[in-house]
Amino acid sequence: MTTTESVRTTLPDALGHFGRYGGRFVPEALIVALDELDAAFRAAQVDPAFQAELTHLLTTYTGRPSPLTDCVRFGAQAGGARVLLKREDLNHTGSHKINNVLGQALLTVRMGKKRVIAETGAGQHGVATATAAALMGLECVVYMGEEDTRRQALNVARMKLLGAEVVPVTAGSRTLKDAMNEAMRDWVTNVDSTHYLIGTVAGPAPFPEMVREFQKIIGVEARAQVLELVGRLPDAVTACVGGGSNAIGIFSGFLDDPSVGLYGYEAGGDGVESGRHAATITGGSVGVLHGTRSYVLQDDDGQTVESHSISAGLDYPGVGPEHAFLADIGRAHYSAITDTEAMDAFRVLCLTEGIIPAIETAHALAGTLRLGRELGPDSVIVVNCSGRGDKDVETASRWFGVLDGERAPEGRA
Amino acid sequence: MSKLHEVFAAAKAENRAALIGYLPAGFPSVDGAIDALRAMVENGVDMVELGLPYSDPLIDGPTIQAASERALEAGITTKLVLATVEAVAASGAPTLVMTYWSPIERYGVERFATDLAAAGGVGVITPDLTPEEAGPWIDATDAAGLDRVFLVAPSSTEERIAVVTGITTGFVYAASLMGVTGVQSVSAAAPALVARTRPHTSLPVAVGLGVTTAAQAADIAQYADGVIVGSAFVRLLLDAATPAEGVAAVGRLAADLAAGVRRH
Ligand SMILES: Cc1ncc(COP(=O)(O)O)c(C=O)c1O
Repeated sequence: MTTTESVRTTLPDALGHFGRYGGRFVPEALIVALDELDAAFRAAQVDPAFQAELTHLLTTYTGRPSPLTDCVRFGAQAGGARVLLKREDLNHTGSHKINNVLGQALLTVRMGKKRVIAETGAGQHGVATATAAALMGLECVVYMGEEDTRRQALNVARMKLLGAEVVPVTAGSRTLKDAMNEAMRDWVTNVDSTHYLIGTVAGPAPFPEMVREFQKIIGVEARAQVLELVGRLPDAVTACVGGGSNAIGIFSGFLDDPSVGLYGYEAGGDGVESGRHAATITGGSVGVLHGTRSYVLQDDDGQTVESHSISAGLDYPGVGPEHAFLADIGRAHYSAITDTEAMDAFRVLCLTEGIIPAIETAHALAGTLRLGRELGPDSVIVVNCSGRGDKDVETASRWFGVLDGERAPEGRA
Repeated sequence: MSKLHEVFAAAKAENRAALIGYLPAGFPSVDGAIDALRAMVENGVDMVELGLPYSDPLIDGPTIQAASERALEAGITTKLVLATVEAVAASGAPTLVMTYWSPIERYGVERFATDLAAAGGVGVITPDLTPEEAGPWIDATDAAGLDRVFLVAPSSTEERIAVVTGITTGFVYAASLMGVTGVQSVSAAAPALVARTRPHTSLPVAVGLGVTTAAQAADIAQYADGVIVGSAFVRLLLDAATPAEGVAAVGRLAADLAAGVRRH
């Protein structure tokens, strides 16, 4: 594992900075909890007992390692590139989110806290958190924008079945950003008893680093699997970027392999030029949101601008600080995928491989179709298949007009 | 001595705590906020804390959230907040801005400090700026001659209190409870926090979060140098049938609280 570590171990610095990004912008009331979490995380990283417990859960509960699937028919649509899907959709609960959640839930128990709270957009992080809370006997409250409770109703039901309380958030844009605000307010109030289990590589230090470390297993596995299967490193690794946890997870395995291009695909909504999008790096500017400095969708006064995406999990006006850093130094490349492009790719994967992806993941697939046509038939591309699409069946059915009595809007199907 | 210290010293000479009143700029309108702030000052508020409305107010409860949202919808900007400072400072009460960090960083750290000082502002309260990230802000406020107020919380360790008070000027803001603004109670943690803060600083210590009534103000005045009241004023403006009634209600509460800090 150490061969891929040299860039990683230097960042972030002791204050959680990735270059000019990251850090902590939070009320003083939370500092002690962040310090306590930081200490627990660092102790766990070097504690063989913790690592063994986590590995045991990842293996026997999550079902790791997740397979790497050769997608020949999909690859044919991607300029003939060899496309390999890293199947995080096959994890228990249906996405990569569980990797991070199990790590943080174990830390919660270690810190002696009895209650976890989480924000969720697509509901995948909420479901994973509710799952881990049930497994470990923790009380669980999930904040979810009211708009998202509607478009991801299946996941709301799952969380409730798992014993979690789901709190619909009616402030602001009623999506992920507002759910995160509300979770922060809960945390400030109940910090003694409660761990805030952030679901992505955003938020104040140590969250961006800690969540990366828990998601790194995706990249570590994928690197070994692609070497085994193909006998060489891939030309490119692709992932969708909301807050950026699945992308950082898979990028981490390849950061020190300069020949491997890293490509992150943000949610372009109606198109970046339309102003209705969630492409934070592509269309945003440097600012501070939710406790960290990174790219942000904001106006000239530093007020957050509402994001727009068909994908609830990518509908967020911020992005993890490490992505901002990787973008600035040119190590990773970020571009936007519109709703329409994502849904087209969603359909291609359904019809060519028999895999229904999450709409978040469909953004990575659309990027891969585009990239494969550029790189050509000899190229190898590993795509992080971050989640499965069960939760999106209703949205997709409506988009494509496959439900009785409903027709797709003109030009969309 | 800074203007803030003069006010604290004058209050102390009267054997009472200073009263600090908060309202967000631009709510219910730019002029409406100015009217309400003037009514506060006319009725005994010693210092004004003017909120810069922000889209993601992480430590504000529903009351200030609602007012901030309405101010933003009505078009408040950082420039208009500075204009409000100018109008309120002209009333004679020292005026501080309370703002989340994002708007300052976006406006430009040095530029914000310079423009605020030029508008007659005396200081800034920054609830989500940690000392670790405050380097450029310390330089900018020093250069502009502004006080910079940081918060201590009931959860703060001795080490943290030392770090926070070490970079604070003007006064130390002691958050009375673990939580967001608008909770209508002052926790038992407040006196202990003020007592723990004293050994680390000779600055005045003011208590805020949850203060609603004259009785609470009187109680806090027993052990703190300042009493900060926010949501209770905002709530009156939110509930008022007309802006004029809101302003009158704010004036009455200010008078009530001013009597409270003078009660022995
Ligand atoms: C399947 C899936 N992929 C991606 C994301 C986006 O999050 P991140 O960018 O942190 O991976 C989500 C978030 O809900 C998700 O559910």
